[in-house]
Amino acid sequence: MDSAYYNPADLPKFGNVTEWQPELGRKFFDYYGEVFKEGALTEREKSLIALAVAHAVQCPYCIDAYSTDCLQKGADEAQMMEAVHVAVAIKGGAALVHGVQMMNKVKEVSM
Amino acid sequence: MVFTTKSLKGQHHELADPFYQLNVLQQPSSHGDQFPAFAARLREHDLFPLTPTGTTILQVNVGKMCNQTCKHCHVDAGPDRKEIMTRETMQLCLDALLHAPQITTVDLTGGAPEMNPDFRWFVEELSKLGRQVIVRCNLTIILANKKYHSLPEFFKEHGVHVISSLPYFMASRTDAQRGDGVFDKSIKALQMLNAVGYGKEGSSFQLDLVYNPSGAFLPSSQKSLEGEFKRRLKSGYNIEFNNLFCITNLPVSRYLDYLMQSGNYESYMHKLIEAFNPAAAAGVMCRNTVSVGWDGYLYDCDFNQMLDLKVAQSAPQHIKDFSLEELDARQIILNQHCYGCTAGAGSSCGGETVK
Repeated sequence: MDSAYYNPADLPKFGNVTEWQPELGRKFFDYYGEVFKEGALTEREKSLIALAVAHAVQCPYCIDAYSTDCLQKGADEAQMMEAVHVAVAIKGGAALVHGVQMMNKVKEVSM
Repeated sequence: MVFTTKSLKGQHHELADPFYQLNVLQQPSSHGDQFPAFAARLREHDLFPLTPTGTTILQVNVGKMCNQTCKHCHVDAGPDRKEIMTRETMQLCLDALLHAPQITTVDLTGGAPEMNPDFRWFVEELSKLGRQVIVRCNLTIILANKKYHSLPEFFKEHGVHVISSLPYFMASRTDAQRGDGVFDKSIKALQMLNAVGYGKEGSSFQLDLVYNPSGAFLPSSQKSLEGEFKRRLKSGYNIEFNNLFCITNLPVSRYLDYLMQSGNYESYMHKLIEAFNPAAAAGVMCRNTVSVGWDGYLYDCDFNQMLDLKVAQSAPQHIKDFSLEELDARQIILNQHCYGCTAGAGSSCGGETVK
C-alpha cells in the first residue's frame, strides 16, 4: 500500500480496473464515453456539470481531470467557479434543509 | 509567469538553441522512462517512413520580426528578431512557383509577415501568379502603426485569405498568452476586417481564426469551440468570422520554455502521446506542404524550421534549387515534437486534420 490514499499517478491508470472484471469495466467505460458526447447538452455544459459533481463528491481525481477538461472545452474561470458554487449550494442546502427535520423533532418532544 | 518582450534569443536563453531543444525532447521522464519514439509509433501503423502525398502548399516564413512576443510562440519571434527574407529570396520563391503549378496555395507566416518591407510587393507578385495567398496576421499589427492601417483593404484587393490568432473570446486568457492589451486591439482589428467585408456571411473574403490553448492542455473539438467563439464574439463585439481552426501547441521554443518553467512538460508530453491518433498521423500537413525559411532553406514544416531540421538530404536544401519532383520523393524528418500534430483530431495550420 502506498503512503498516501490519493496519488496523481493513479488517475491515468483508471482504465486498469477492467483487468479484474473486463466485461463490467468495458460496459462502464463505453457508457461513460457515451454520456459525455454532445447531445441535448453541449460537451462544455457536461464538463461543467462533472466539475460541480466532482466537488460535491470531493473526488480529487475528478477535480484534476475536469478542471483541465473544462478549460479544453472552452469554459472560462467564472463559469467553472459558478459551477462549484452550484455544488456548494446544493450540498449546503442539503445539510440545511435537514434543519427542518431537526425543528420538527424538537417541537415534537418539547412542551 | 512574468511577461517579457525579449525573445529567448535576445535573452541568450539555452532554449534559443535548436540543438538544445532537441536534446530536451530526447530526454527520458523523471521516472527514467523513455517517451516512445514518434517514428516507432508511425511504424506500428505502417506510416514510416512518412512521405509526401503531393505538395500543394508552399509555406513561406518571411521573417522572425514581430510586434508581439507571445508566450507560446514556436518561432521565438519578437521585436528584437532581425531575420527577414530579402526580395531576392522572395523572387526565388516566385521562380520556383512558376515551375510548380501543382502548388495552388502560398501561406505567408512569420513573425508578423506584414513587417517585412517587401511584404506587399511579394503578395502582389504572388497574386499575379494566380495563387491563393494566405496571410497569418496577428491582428494587432494592423493597429501597430499608421502604415499598417490600410492592410484590410490591401488584403481585400488581392483576395488574401486572412488567418488570425485569437486564443480566447475574453481578454484574460488572450492577454495571458499574447501580452497585455492584445485582446482589445485584436477586437478592433477584427472589426476593421469585418468593415471591409472579411468574415461576413456570403462574402468571398475569408477570415478564419486560430485557437491555441492558453496553457498546458489540448484543444477541444473544433466544431464545438467554433460555435462558442461565434456566439460570444457576435454578442459581445458584433464580430463575424468564417472558421475556427484549433491548433495544438507543440513543445518547441517558447512553449517548451513555458512547459518547463511551469512544471508541465512531462505531463504535457504524456497527454500528446496518449492522444496519438493514427488517422491524424496519416493526414499531417507536412505531407502536402513545403516550408521555406527566411534565408531560403527548405523544411518539412514551420516547426522543423525552428528546430533547424532541414528537409532530407536527398531533396534540394534551398529554394534556389527547388524541384517539386525531388521534394515529393523525400522522406519527412520526424522528432518527438511531431506528437503535437497527431494528438486527438490532429493539428495543422488549417486546424483539425481528422474530420
